[in-house]
Amino acid sequence: MSSGKGGELIPSSSELDLDRPNIEDYLPSGSSIHEPLGKLRLCDLLDISPTLTEAAGAIVDDSFTRCFKSNPPEPWNWNVYLFPLWCCGVVIRYLILFPVRVIVLTVGWIIFLSCFIPVHLLLKGHDKLQKNMERALVELICSFFVASWTGVINYHGPRPSMRPKQVFVANHTSMIDFIILEQMSSFAVIMQKHPGWVGLLQSTILESVGCIWFNRTEAKDRETVTKKLREHSQGVDNNPLLIFPEGTCVNNQYSVMFKKGAFELGCTICPIAIKYNKIFVDAFWNSRKQSFTMHLLQLMTSWAVVCDVWYLEPQNLRPDETPIEFAERVRDIISVRAGLKKVPWDGYLKYSRPSPKHRER
Amino acid sequence: MGNSSSMLTQYDIEEVQEYCQNLFSQQEIVSLYQRFCQLDRNAKGFISADEFLSVPEFAMNPLSQRLLKMVDGLNFKDFVAFLSAFSAKASVQQKVKLIFKVYDSDGNGKVSFNDMLEVLRDLSGSFISDVQREQVLTQLLKEAGYSKDSYLTLDDFNKDYIALTPVANTCLFGHGYEGVILQIYGKAYKKLFIPVSNNLDSG
Repeated sequence: MSSGKGGELIPSSSELDLDRPNIEDYLPSGSSIHEPLGKLRLCDLLDISPTLTEAAGAIVDDSFTRCFKSNPPEPWNWNVYLFPLWCCGVVIRYLILFPVRVIVLTVGWIIFLSCFIPVHLLLKGHDKLQKNMERALVELICSFFVASWTGVINYHGPRPSMRPKQVFVANHTSMIDFIILEQMSSFAVIMQKHPGWVGLLQSTILESVGCIWFNRTEAKDRETVTKKLREHSQGVDNNPLLIFPEGTCVNNQYSVMFKKGAFELGCTICPIAIKYNKIFVDAFWNSRKQSFTMHLLQLMTSWAVVCDVWYLEPQNLRPDETPIEFAERVRDIISVRAGLKKVPWDGYLKYSRPSPKHRER
Repeated sequence: MGNSSSMLTQYDIEEVQEYCQNLFSQQEIVSLYQRFCQLDRNAKGFISADEFLSVPEFAMNPLSQRLLKMVDGLNFKDFVAFLSAFSAKASVQQKVKLIFKVYDSDGNGKVSFNDMLEVLRDLSGSFISDVQREQVLTQLLKEAGYSKDSYLTLDDFNKDYIALTPVANTCLFGHGYEGVILQIYGKAYKKLFIPVSNNLDSG
């Protein structure tokens, strides 16, 4: 909050400033103790107004909650001409597009399963051939998924190549991020284990592309996962690893802090930026509000899923950088490309409270 | 008032406005209601301490525990009344009253030496030692004409703060759809308490 000449706040920077909590304001007002006591008066010592102001500001609006808010598009069907048009749209979407899409998806699944199951069972001995076929099949089913939402995806940049010691990172908006990326080239992703039919898919089909599972709630899981990540990235024949360092789904307008795990593996990091076009559908999966099934149904009853995927220049850890700085640098690159605002919060604060040691700082 | 409904009627808005002495405009009250519903996840009609603490910016604030005691379990009307002290239109007395309430945690109308010491400890934490804190506070109390054992009342608070002319309207409100950005008068508020020697810099 900088003030201009006449003492008024400059409006344009205010929103950005609110996204970035001013950590200096959390420093104690008692730091003025270092001045000679002559200048300090009782009222200065007792003046808690800046801190109170920050607290009230956080109550009224805070940058962390905004990262996870689904922003519905402005209603446009409110007048007498547009409303019937909108109704037609609803009819077309639900009664024409939706059944067609369901059929497409069912056909896709039938083809996939009828090829995958034999390949999986019969080609047990021929590892390389089996792997290649399974990869191709997973790419196929992902293409079917994308077609079932009428996905219009623009890929920019060179296609990822299969080299060892390469890790891909991307910003995370929904689980469909993985499907969109998998359609183009095969990745091994690291994902949270989900319950239900998604979990079933995870343990059977995605296992074949070499995915790694973790459980957010288990603290000890982290070490085993880090080990698995390292092993995977060193292997020559494995699919390149895809990691979402935010750790949670964010609403495609902001980016939360990246976890440094991916950046400590000693591999080249290839950033990928994904940006969805809101006009057609809001692809943010608000896992607090809807289950994945509902989310997919919502996508299938919208007009289209339009997004841009940028494959950005690979980055390496610079000699004078710590992994955290490296993570921030990559986050910067991705946020600039995808037009996201950066927020200095850890995504896992969605599930837990800040610990007291953060408060001390 | 229909705490469980998610829509405010015009009557509700006017009632709340009256309750907070017209310190918020109707649009501001609507935005505050949206924020209230966002924080109150299970639509209970009040926000629990846990839900306040789920806002990391608030949880990290040194005064959060004190404010939590004042704000825990308030329904929407009282929530707005609490925040009204931060409005542009609030008077200096109202702001000072809020500060006084933060200090006077047991609510007996008197701020003791220990109360002040505790708030200072919350704010400065491990940066200075307890002994230093006590020394500084005792010294300053003496200079202002109080002793270590005296109790400050609201009147003392009011008269000890030099009321400078508040800076002109700096409240920014409502970025429309994005939600409430109630720009609390950080600068103006602070100017009320700037010591005489420094006001040339920030004027």
